[in-house]
Amino acid sequence: MKILVCISNVPDTTTKIKFAAGNTSIDTAGIQWVINPWDELSLTRALELKDDTSNGIKSVTVIHVGPAASETTIRKALAIGADDAVRVNAEPLDAYYTAAQIAEVVKKEQFDVVFCGIESSDFNGSTVGGMVAEFLGVPSVSAVSGIKFENGQAVLTREIDGGKETVTVSAPCVAIVQKGIAKEPRIAAMRGIMMARSKPVKVFEPVAVEPLTQVVEFEKPAPRAACKYIDAENPRQLIELLQNEAKVI
Amino acid sequence: METSKLLKSGEFLVSEIDSKDIFIPEEFNEEQKMIAQTCSDFLAAEVYPNLEQVEKSDRELMKTMLKKSGELGLMGVSIPEEFGGFGQSFVTQMLVAETTGAGYSFSVAYMAHCGIGTLPIMYYGNKDQRERYVTKLATGEFLGAYCLTEPGAGSDANSGKTNAKLSEDGKHYILNGQKMWITNAGFADTLVVFAKIDTDRVLSAFIVESKYPGVVIGPDEHKMGIKGSSTAQIYFNDVKVPVENLLGKRGEGFRIALSILHMGRLKLGANVIGAAKKAITDSVKYANERKQFGVLISTFGAIKHKMAEQVIRLFASESAVYRASNDVDSLMKKLTVDCGDYGRASIESISHYAVEAAILKVVGSEMLDFVADEAVQIHGGMGYSAEMAVERGYRDSRINRIFEGTNEINRLLVVDTAMKRAMKNDFDLFGEAEKLYSDLNNITSGKKEGESYFEQKYRYIKNFKRAILICIHGANKTFQKNLVHEQEVLNNIADMMMETYVSESLALRVEKLASMKGDVALYKDMLDVNISETAAVIRKSAFDALCTFCSSESCESLHKAIDNLTKVGCVNVKDARRRIADKLITDNCYKF
Repeated sequence: MKILVCISNVPDTTTKIKFAAGNTSIDTAGIQWVINPWDELSLTRALELKDDTSNGIKSVTVIHVGPAASETTIRKALAIGADDAVRVNAEPLDAYYTAAQIAEVVKKEQFDVVFCGIESSDFNGSTVGGMVAEFLGVPSVSAVSGIKFENGQAVLTREIDGGKETVTVSAPCVAIVQKGIAKEPRIAAMRGIMMARSKPVKVFEPVAVEPLTQVVEFEKPAPRAACKYIDAENPRQLIELLQNEAKVI
Repeated sequence: METSKLLKSGEFLVSEIDSKDIFIPEEFNEEQKMIAQTCSDFLAAEVYPNLEQVEKSDRELMKTMLKKSGELGLMGVSIPEEFGGFGQSFVTQMLVAETTGAGYSFSVAYMAHCGIGTLPIMYYGNKDQRERYVTKLATGEFLGAYCLTEPGAGSDANSGKTNAKLSEDGKHYILNGQKMWITNAGFADTLVVFAKIDTDRVLSAFIVESKYPGVVIGPDEHKMGIKGSSTAQIYFNDVKVPVENLLGKRGEGFRIALSILHMGRLKLGANVIGAAKKAITDSVKYANERKQFGVLISTFGAIKHKMAEQVIRLFASESAVYRASNDVDSLMKKLTVDCGDYGRASIESISHYAVEAAILKVVGSEMLDFVADEAVQIHGGMGYSAEMAVERGYRDSRINRIFEGTNEINRLLVVDTAMKRAMKNDFDLFGEAEKLYSDLNNITSGKKEGESYFEQKYRYIKNFKRAILICIHGANKTFQKNLVHEQEVLNNIADMMMETYVSESLALRVEKLASMKGDVALYKDMLDVNISETAAVIRKSAFDALCTFCSSESCESLHKAIDNLTKVGCVNVKDARRRIADKLITDNCYKF
């Protein structure tokens, strides 16, 4: 069995985002890039499954759609323990475009289970996983918080309102995972870091796909207004502010 | 191929170097950054959640944390692959020391294991000793400690009373004595113990396993800080140490002890950088949340001043740390080729840079004390509460000025070692100094019209060096052999040397940065403030020193010369500090 883990490259959480090109793109200068946290947990779980030899997993591959500059993030995934990597040499224009590129690689390289993080911490699109499954014509299961293999089938646990649901699907399939899939992301060990240099990274040119969306504008949330303290003895002022300033009553 | 210029230890006093020939942290490669990230991830996952518990002297927990770092390979960074490690460069070793430095008492336990607990065997052990011990220490299977200090032998290490007698059958040394302040004592498997054989006047070193009968470990000391690290006394009562566990040659112990201290000083210089970065991030996060008089305290000039000073002092120390580390690496490469043994080449290179090691130790530990103190102050009353990380940081910082040789001993070493190297003709210190001294009335600031920003800064730095040479010559001439007893004067000269080395390292870093990324306005602000502070230190220290020995005839010309050599242009340091603080405030963490 071969597992593919989709890796997105996102700004680290301390980044102060700035926009460029008339607020239609992100100014990437000075950004420190990290593996999307959901993808990092996916990778950790995939490696845990491989560590248990009874699962018969031959390899864990990571895939990333992005330019050469993002290979640092791929090397990090290899250092954590992925066996090899694929990079589709293209800017990820939108979720549809990205999913199409991943699906093409899956068709060529034949993977049994594809792990996608439920969202990326930058754009929060939550659509790539479902689209990959649709392109491939295979089942996809969303909000997966647990995965194991039994009798050749994937047994997936999903978080649902107020409880959990367990489903089985046959491979090939796409698991769209959320936090809980692994306890903590695996830390790259020194040996892994040393080995990452020599692990193979295949680079594929993108297939011709038109993105379905185009960014018109980014904007930041409005700054939070200053907090107003009202004397507990003065409810009249509170009502006045709620009516005339906040306009909520 | 063009080779980089490599200065000898202390040679910076009389020679200049090009910025392209130094290493700066902005040049770390992808792999080095990944290793640093692993250290940070490890602290976040395994150390920070356990700090409160481990501070209750929970030896088992500290042992578990250390073993886990071993499983990640972090204990093998300095060890060659053939002995189970990863054979990383000295610069990478220093980066690991830096990053783990944010780990409070874990950092002390980890550094003691990887450094003084392991490296004496790696550097001075024979193949058999390396195979038996280093391979296990490199993975964390064994944990190590270093036993030098005794109740009556602290800074004067050679006065120790622990004794080793060869057994009648010649198979063992029988060890008797007492060691104190032993880091990792509570759980170490191997101890590097210094003792005198029979009636020797000098020390020898031994590898002692803590399971040997007669080794008794005392309870942990109650300390001001680093409470999670196990520090205890160890007693040796007729301990039979196999003769094959003599480390190095008989009588080589003091040399081993001193060399390992040089290594420890360099690593401490890096270690405090990580702790300081953490304290600065804690400071700005608090200042960006805490409101007084209706506004965030980070908007106040007084708080900005504190935070900017934290950043500048840290950034300048860091520049010196990696400059010196790369010098060690360069020499190490050359010596490994020459002597063929990585271990010996490593320790020879480290020991060579003894002047810089002492500088980094003093500068770094005092920088961290300043940063940690201001971190508490920025937190106000909350900084005094044990709930806050800065309270722990403040207590933990203090030990750095004491261990690895007190800062008092190290200040003396800075001057003494540089002078000894000059006497060995490593560089011409005394000739240059005499030339200057004989021509005091013609010393000017050397100001030139149209000099560039960096030309001006290097001129200032060169002038600081000339001021140092004048003081060295004057002190030597006046006190001669008694100079060693004039510790106050030596301290003045040490302060001047340390500040100058750091300022020069900062200037070289900023110049190299400018060639790499163009816009370095903020870094020039740091350099401007730093140079202005250094000029003041040089001027005061030089006057303090000169006034102890200048005659009524030489007094005026000496003072005039120092005045000229410490003249620096007017800089609006207030605005410069505000700009630096503003970046810190915007980033809400240390990101320079």
